[in-house]
Amino acid sequence: MSRALGDAVARRGVSAHRQWWDRVRPAPKDPITSVSRAFLADASPNKINLGVGAYRDEEGKPVVLRCVKNAEAKVAGSEFLESISASANSRLVEESVKLVYGKDANVIGEGRLAGVQTLSGTGACRLFAEFQRRFYPRSKIYFPDPTWSNHHSIWKDAEVPQSTFSHYDPKSKGLNFPALVDDIKNAPDGSFFLLHPCAHNPTGVDPTEEEWREISYHLKVKNHFPFFDMAYQGFSSGDLDRDAQAIRTFLQDGHLIGCAQSFAKNMGLYGHRVGCLSLLCTDTEQAVAVKSQLQQIARAMYGSPPIRGVLLVSTILGDPDTKALWVEELRAMVNRICKIREALRESLEKLGSPLNWEHITNQVGMFCFSGITPQQTEQLQRKFHIYMTADGRISMAGVTMSNMDYLANAIHEVTKSGRES
Amino acid sequence: MASAMLSFASAAASASASLPVHENLKGKTKIGSVNFGSSVQERNPFGKTKHFGRVSMTVAVNVSRFEGITMAPPDPILGVSEAFKADTDEKKLNLGVGAYRTEELQPYVLKVVKKAENLMLERGENKEYLPIEGLAAFNKATAELLFGAENPVIKQQRVATVQGLSGTGSLRLAAALIERYFPGAKVLISSPTWGNHKNIFNDARVQWSEYRYYDPKTVGLDFDGMIADIKAAPEGSFILLHGCAHNPTGIDPTPEQWEKIADVIQEKNHIPFFDVAYQGFASGSLDADAASVRLLSARGMELLVAQSYSKNLGLYAERIGAINVVCSSADAATRVKSQLKRLARPMYSNPPVHGAKIVANIVGDPALFNEWKAEMEMMAGRIKNVRQKLYDSLSAKDKSGKDWSFILKQIGMFSFTGLSKTQSDNMTNKWHVYMTKDGRISLAGLNLAKCEYLADAIVDSYHNVS
Repeated sequence: MSRALGDAVARRGVSAHRQWWDRVRPAPKDPITSVSRAFLADASPNKINLGVGAYRDEEGKPVVLRCVKNAEAKVAGSEFLESISASANSRLVEESVKLVYGKDANVIGEGRLAGVQTLSGTGACRLFAEFQRRFYPRSKIYFPDPTWSNHHSIWKDAEVPQSTFSHYDPKSKGLNFPALVDDIKNAPDGSFFLLHPCAHNPTGVDPTEEEWREISYHLKVKNHFPFFDMAYQGFSSGDLDRDAQAIRTFLQDGHLIGCAQSFAKNMGLYGHRVGCLSLLCTDTEQAVAVKSQLQQIARAMYGSPPIRGVLLVSTILGDPDTKALWVEELRAMVNRICKIREALRESLEKLGSPLNWEHITNQVGMFCFSGITPQQTEQLQRKFHIYMTADGRISMAGVTMSNMDYLANAIHEVTKSGRES
Repeated sequence: MASAMLSFASAAASASASLPVHENLKGKTKIGSVNFGSSVQERNPFGKTKHFGRVSMTVAVNVSRFEGITMAPPDPILGVSEAFKADTDEKKLNLGVGAYRTEELQPYVLKVVKKAENLMLERGENKEYLPIEGLAAFNKATAELLFGAENPVIKQQRVATVQGLSGTGSLRLAAALIERYFPGAKVLISSPTWGNHKNIFNDARVQWSEYRYYDPKTVGLDFDGMIADIKAAPEGSFILLHGCAHNPTGIDPTPEQWEKIADVIQEKNHIPFFDVAYQGFASGSLDADAASVRLLSARGMELLVAQSYSKNLGLYAERIGAINVVCSSADAATRVKSQLKRLARPMYSNPPVHGAKIVANIVGDPALFNEWKAEMEMMAGRIKNVRQKLYDSLSAKDKSGKDWSFILKQIGMFSFTGLSKTQSDNMTNKWHVYMTKDGRISLAGLNLAKCEYLADAIVDSYHNVS
C-alpha cells in the first residue's frame, strides 16, 4: 500500500486492516481463580470464599505474618539491590534446601544439590517440566489422581506427555494404596512421578510414613524419578521436619529426587512469588552443570525471580529469632485450621447429617475434599453464596467460627438427601 | 548377610526391573545409609506388613539420570561483569551490563522508588495473590504511559494488557501467544539485537530470522537493508522493533524512517512487535520515547508491545513489565487477554506484587510522577553529557580525522563503537575496559572523569589493533 493510500485507510478506521486476533477464542476460565472472581462479584453479605488456598484469620482477613513484617523492616531501604541480589539468591537456596532435606543433610554438605530460586511453586514446577522435556524428551509425567489442576496445564504447556496414578478413593475418602502401588508398577520404567509430600492438594489425603516407605521402594525398583511438589511444608502437621519426612525417607533410600518448594502459603508471601527448585545430583560438578541449565531456561522465560520475596525469605530463614517466630506463627495457623476442622465436623454431625464427615478431620493441610458434588457446589453458590471449586474442595482457611454455622447449615441443606458422591 | 539381601532383592525385583544389582554393591553405595528393617517378609514382599524393611537399599541405583548434562554456555553479558570483578587493576572500567550508574559509578535507587516503598510499608498492605493478569492499577497505568491516556486505542479499550516479569517475561508471553495462534509464523529480529531475544523465541519454539540493521561502514543504520529484508519476509511475519534506544547499537531510525518502516509493514501485512525497555531513558521524555509505538498504532495497525521498568525506574530486580496487544476491537482485546492469562498461569500463576505496586503508586500520584520524570531526565541527561565528553575526548585525541560523531547520534544507554572483537579484547586486556565482544559499551557505566582514559583506549584499539 502506498503511503497516501495508507493514510486514507487509516482515516477510514481500523476495519480495513487485517484483523489478526479473530482466531483467538475466549479462554476457558481457570477452575480455581474463577471461583475468587465470582466471589468478588457477589454482593451478598453472607458470602464465603472457600476457593483459593490462601490463609485467613478468624475475621476472615488475609494475614501478613509478624516474622514477615520484621523482615520487611529489616530490608526496607535496601540499597544496591543488584549487588545484594546474588548473595540473597544463594542464601535463599541454601536455607530452602535445609528446610527440605534437613539442615545437617549429607547431600547439602557434599554440594550435590542443584538449587535455583523460582517463581513460587508454579515456577519451580514449570522450570522442572521444561528441564524434563529438554533432557528426557520422550519421558512422561505421572500425576496423582486428582492433583492440583494447574499441574496438568504446566506439563502440557511444557509439552511433556502426562498420565495419572491412583491416589484418592472416593468411597473411603482416603488413600487407595493398593491401586497406587499397582500404577507405580505398571508405568514404564524410568517414568517421572509427581508426589505431594504432605497436605495433598486437593484431597488432604496423605500416605502414612510406612506407606511412603513402600512407595519409595516401588519407585526405586522401577527406576522412576520422584519429583516432589511441596507447597505446604508445615501446614500438614504444624512441624516442618515432620512434613518433609517423605522426602527424607526417599533420600535415605538413595533416590536422586527433585523438589519444588513454595513459600506462598507457609510464609504468607503469596504475591511475592518466591520458591525454590532443587535437584539432587551425584556430585558437585553435575550439580553445577544442572544448575546452569536451569538458569538458562529461566533466563529465556523471565530472567530471574523478583528480589523482594527472596530478601524476605532469606532474612526470615537466616535469622534464628525471626525463624523461631515464623515456626510459632505457622503452628498457630495450623492450629486454627485443625480447630475449624473439628468444629465443622461437629456442626454437621449435630445437624443430623446422614453422611459420614470423618474425612473433615482425617484429611490434613489447607483443604478438605468434602465429597460435595458439582451440582451441590453449584447450589451452594447460587442459594447460599458459598464458593468452592466444582470438585468439592473446601479451603478450610476460609472458614471461621463466625461463618461456621451458616456454612454447616448450607452444606447440610444441599447434602441431606443422603446421596454420596 | 549381603548375599541374603541380594537374593531377596532378586526376588523382589521382578522382571520389570532392569537393575544391575551386582553393580550396586561395588562401592557406589556411599549415598544414604544401609538400613535393614526388622523383619524381611520373604514370602510376600509386596504385602502390607507392619515392618517393611529398607530393602530398597539393595536395589539402590545411584547412577544419576543427569549424567549427560553439560554446562550451559555462560551468558555473554553477565560474564563480562564477573571478569570485571576479578580484575584487580585500579584503572578498570565496567562498560558491560546495561545497568545505570551514578557519576560516582554506584548503582542508583531512584528517590521516587524509595518514597513509594515507604508509603507502601506504612500502609502495611497485604501480600495476597494478584490476579493472573496482574495488578489492575498497574496495567492501566502502564498502557496509558505507553500510548497516552487519550489515545483512541485506550479509549476504545482495544489494548489487552497483562503484567509480565519485566521485559523478558512479557516477551516470552508474546512469543507463547505467537506460537499458539500463529504456528509457523516467523519473527524478524534486527541484526544485531539484545542477545536474549533469540533465546526467548527458541525456547518458545518460534522461528526467527534477522533483518539487516547495523551498518559497520557508517556505524549507523543500514536503512535500505532493513526495508528490503522486511519486505522480503513472508506476509504476516512479526517484526521485532526496538521502540527507542536500540540495544546494543544505540542507533534509532529517524521519524521519517519510522514512517517508511510503517509503510512497508502495512504493505506486507506484517505485525509490528515492539520491545520498549527504555521509555524515558533515551531522550529523557516519556512521550518522545513512545513516538514510534504511537506512530504505528495511529496507523490503525494491530501490534504487540513488551515493556520493562528495569531501567527507567531502576526496578531491575523486581521484574516488572507488561505485554500489550493492540487489537482492532474491544472484543478481540478481551479474548486475547484471556489467552495471555491462560499462558501465564502454567508459567508462574500470577505475577509478583511488589514492583507493580511501586509503579502504580508512582504513576498514580501526580507529585511522585513529576519527581520520576525529573529523575529520568537527570539519568538521561548524565548519559548525554558523558556522550558529549567522550566525543570531545576522541576528537581531540584521534589525529586521524576519523569521524566519531556517531557517538552523539546514537541514543540511550549503549554505544556501538565499531570496534571489532580483537579490538574489544585489546580494550580489556591492555586497558582493563570491560565491554561485550560486539563492540558495545554501556555509557551508563561511564563518568566524565573516565572519558579521557576511555578515549585513549578506544583510539589505541581502533588504530593499533587489527
